[in-house]
This record gives sequence, C-alpha cells and structure tokens, in this order.
Amino acid sequence: MQKTYKKYFPIFVIPTLVAFIISFVVPFFMGLYLSFCNFKTISSAKWTGLSNYIYVFSDTKGFISALWFTVKIALVGVVSTNVIAFALALLLTKGLKGTNVYRTIFFMPNLIGGIILGYIWQLLLNGILIKVAGVDLTYSATYGYWGIIILYNWQKIGYLMIIYIAGIQSISGDILEAARIDGANYLQTLKNIIIPLVMTSVTTCTFLALTDCFKMYDQNLALTGGAPADQTTMLAMDIYNTYYNRTGFAGVGQAKAVVFTVLVLVIALIQLRATQSKEAE
Amino acid sequence: MKEKRRLSNTIIYLVLTVLAVVFFIPIALVLMNSLKNKLYISTSPFALPDGESFRGLKNYTEGLSKIHFFDSIGYSLFITVVSVILIIVFCSMIAWFIVRVKNKITTAIYYMFIASMVVPFQMVMYTMTKVANTLHLDNFIGINVLYLGFGSSMAVFMFTGFIKTIPLELEEAGLIDGCNPITMFGRVVFPVLKPISITIAILNAMWIWNDFLLPYLIIGTKYRTIPVAIQYLRSGYGSIDYGHLMATIVVALIPIVIFYFMCQKYIIEGIVAGAVKG
Repeated sequence: MQKTYKKYFPIFVIPTLVAFIISFVVPFFMGLYLSFCNFKTISSAKWTGLSNYIYVFSDTKGFISALWFTVKIALVGVVSTNVIAFALALLLTKGLKGTNVYRTIFFMPNLIGGIILGYIWQLLLNGILIKVAGVDLTYSATYGYWGIIILYNWQKIGYLMIIYIAGIQSISGDILEAARIDGANYLQTLKNIIIPLVMTSVTTCTFLALTDCFKMYDQNLALTGGAPADQTTMLAMDIYNTYYNRTGFAGVGQAKAVVFTVLVLVIALIQLRATQSKEAE
Repeated sequence: MKEKRRLSNTIIYLVLTVLAVVFFIPIALVLMNSLKNKLYISTSPFALPDGESFRGLKNYTEGLSKIHFFDSIGYSLFITVVSVILIIVFCSMIAWFIVRVKNKITTAIYYMFIASMVVPFQMVMYTMTKVANTLHLDNFIGINVLYLGFGSSMAVFMFTGFIKTIPLELEEAGLIDGCNPITMFGRVVFPVLKPISITIAILNAMWIWNDFLLPYLIIGTKYRTIPVAIQYLRSGYGSIDYGHLMATIVVALIPIVIFYFMCQKYIIEGIVAGAVKG
C-alpha cells in the first residue's frame, strides 16, 4: 500500500509544505542569519558577528528590563491564575445544580482577543484610578504592572479552570468513596487524593500560563502601550519596538528575537522533562 | 449535618455568584459607556447614562462608519473561514500521508513541524513580512497561505495522533472498491476525522479571528481586520474617541458571543483536547 500511496506525494504533501516553507522555514533561517548582521533592508545586510548580541545584553534599559518585567508578571500571573482556577474547578465539580452557568461565564473572557481585552480593562482601571488617585494607568509602572496581572487573570482563569475540571472529573469515584468510608475529611481528601491525582493538569496549566505570559503582546500594547517610558514593556513588545520604532536597530531586534526563542525553547524543554517524569511515576 | 451542608452550599453559591458578577462587570461597563458621550466616559465611566451624557446609538452609527467597521467584520470573517478550511483540508492530507508512508522524508517533515511549534512569532515576524511582500501575499487572499503555514504545525501534530488510531482495513476496503488514494481519502478517511477536525477548526478559528500582529504587519494598511481596526481607532487619529471605541468593542463582541453559545460544547472539548495534546 505504501507504494501505491507514495506517488501521490505532490498532492498530499506539497500544499501544506510550501505554505510552511514560505511562512516559517525561510523566514526562520533568514532571521537567524540576519541576527548577525547590520541592516536596513535585507539586501543591504552586512555581517557584523556577535555585535548585535553584545548590544542586547549590555543595553540594560531595553531587553534586560523588559525581560525582568516579564519575569515579574509571570511569577505572580502564573501562581494567581492557577490557584484561582483550581479553586473554582473544585467548587464547580461538587455536583451542585446550575454550575454550568458559572462555567460558561468564567470561560467567556478567554474568547476575546487581546486588543479588545486591553481596552476593556483600560476603561475600567482608569475609571477607578482617576476616582481614587486622580491619575491614570500611565502614571506609574506599578499601576501598569498590576493592570496587566488583573487583565491576565480575567482572561486565563476560565481557560485553566476548564482543564482542571477535566482533570478532577477523571478521578475515579471509587477512590473518593473509599476515602469517605475511611473517614477522611474534605481537606485530607483534597491533600492526599485530589491534588496528587491532578498533578498532570497542574504541570500542563503551569506551563501554558508561563509560555503565554512570555509571549504576551496584544494585551500589553492595548492596556499600557509600555507607558510610562517603556517601564511596562514586556519582551514581545520590546522586540517589536526595536524593529519598527528605532531606525538602524533591525539587527538588534532580530538578535533579541533569537534570544527570546531560546528562552521559550528552554521553558518547553523543562516542561517536556517535567511531563515525562510525571508519566514515569 | 444536613443543615451544615445546606449552609456550606449557600456559601459556595454566594462566592460563585459574586465572582460571576465580577467577571461580568467589565463587559457591562463597556456596554453602558457605549451609549454615553465621550466626555463623560473618561471622567466618570461608572455613572449610568443620564439626560446629559446619553447619546443613544450615535456612537455606533458614527464610530462604525468612520473606520468602515463592517468591512473589517467582512475581512475577519473571510480570512478566518478560508484559513480554517485550508488548514483542515490540507493538514489532514499531509498528516495522513506522514502516518501511512513512513520514510526519511516524511519523518523529517514531521519533526520540522513539531520543532516549529515552540518558536515564537517574533522570531520570524520581520523576515516573514518581507517574504510575503516579495511573493505578493500581502492581500486578504494571500494571507490565508500564511495562516495555513503558521497553523500547520499544531494541526499536523493533532491529526497525526488521531490518524494513527484508524485501522488500515478501512482504507484497504476503499482501495479494493476501486478508489484511488485521493477519492479514498475523501470518502473514507476524511469523514472519520470529523471529531478532531472540529477541535482543530475551533482552536484555529479562535486564534485567527483574534490575531492582531500578523494581519497588522501584512495587510494592515489596506485591509483592517477587527483587532487591527480597533487598534487603528486608537492610534490612527490624533485623540481617541472613547465613545466610538466602546461602540466598536460591543459590535466586535457580538460574533464571539454568538459563536460561543452555538458551539460551547465543542469549544470546551476542544480546549481540553488541545491543552492536553499541545
């Protein structure tokens, strides 16, 4: 059968492969090469070795500060979304009537795009800040920081909650029943049975939230736009700004993108390790 | 005991309801302010519209026509539908081929797709834009090719996982009945893929509909999709008219709400499947 199929390679493989090469493979290797060049247009690229990378790591106000800001967002964002999502999943799997309505509402923000989310929260947060402090989000990086965290929680909690609900529902009723007969109270059941059995979901959700934080762009652009003075610029936005808002820095932008890719790759590899070690147990 | 239980249930409902209201407030606020004059939106967004600030549907009629928002809805709809169809049809084909014809080339192609899933958009953002311009893909038809390329890695990964579970006997029967591999794929394999196709279609539709940066960079100056149009309302004019912005956001939310209530079951199943596999 393989032989009959084989000659149909052009029809089955070529369309997707061509689109993939155009949109990803060629741009990827061009980008890798250009990260070692100084250029304004691609045809005028001049090889400059590692100088772009040296600039990336020596410019403390650009990439390093964006990286640090992103890490700070990720630390709080990953923990808060996961804790709240897990708590909601616990409440919604207790078999109470009408929980589907709540699930529907909590999940809804996840379908809204980042740009729209950003403006919705800008309206709300500015309204509160103007009333309480007389200033708006652009006044201080602390406001922007917590604004992004709140927005991110609103967007992601429902999504992670769905995954946790699926994890909790896959726990066999027999185990819970046995625990109840043994006289375990709710906290004991939670600590000794539910949490250990949903650890795969915890790993999945933690890394989903983490990768998402690192790649966040739309929400950042719409909510704070980096204000004040690029202090709330996250990694993806810093790369965009280096490319398009600073003449002569396209090479540096591409080098930043390569470093960014390596960071995301490292997170993915750690996730792979974590998932595989869980499965081995 | 029973009393205690009823009390704890009441508390749970109370907590859930308060949270549900908190989740709903931002959207209600946008809805309310879309009816107000722009001057009253930034200074007192929490005040209900009154005789002075109420503007009726003027924000809608003015705001939507100012940026040709209905064109934007058309572009978004067209690009999302065409791209999703391309992804489902062509990615299922290549995935089936990769599973059934195992050699060095197909294995290499498969691992290339897998590897690309990790790479963030920013890595190829600049160079991809240049390639797309050179190949004249910078219009609302060509952009679908780019979406096929970017959507292919996850779609191929999910399709191959599913196709591995389809028994070969099914396909053999089709071939004996006189089908060639193409008609056999269309009549036998593709219908079996329906559940995974729905999942992939929903995940990709959500991504493409809301995508900002790709359409902004490739076709943003000529054809504005919904997210691009909303960002343009903000940055394309000197000062921002919050009334217009709120009205546009409300209109942009309507298709999402309709889609959500029509396909809620599939969306939630798709999210679980996508998260566990991706």
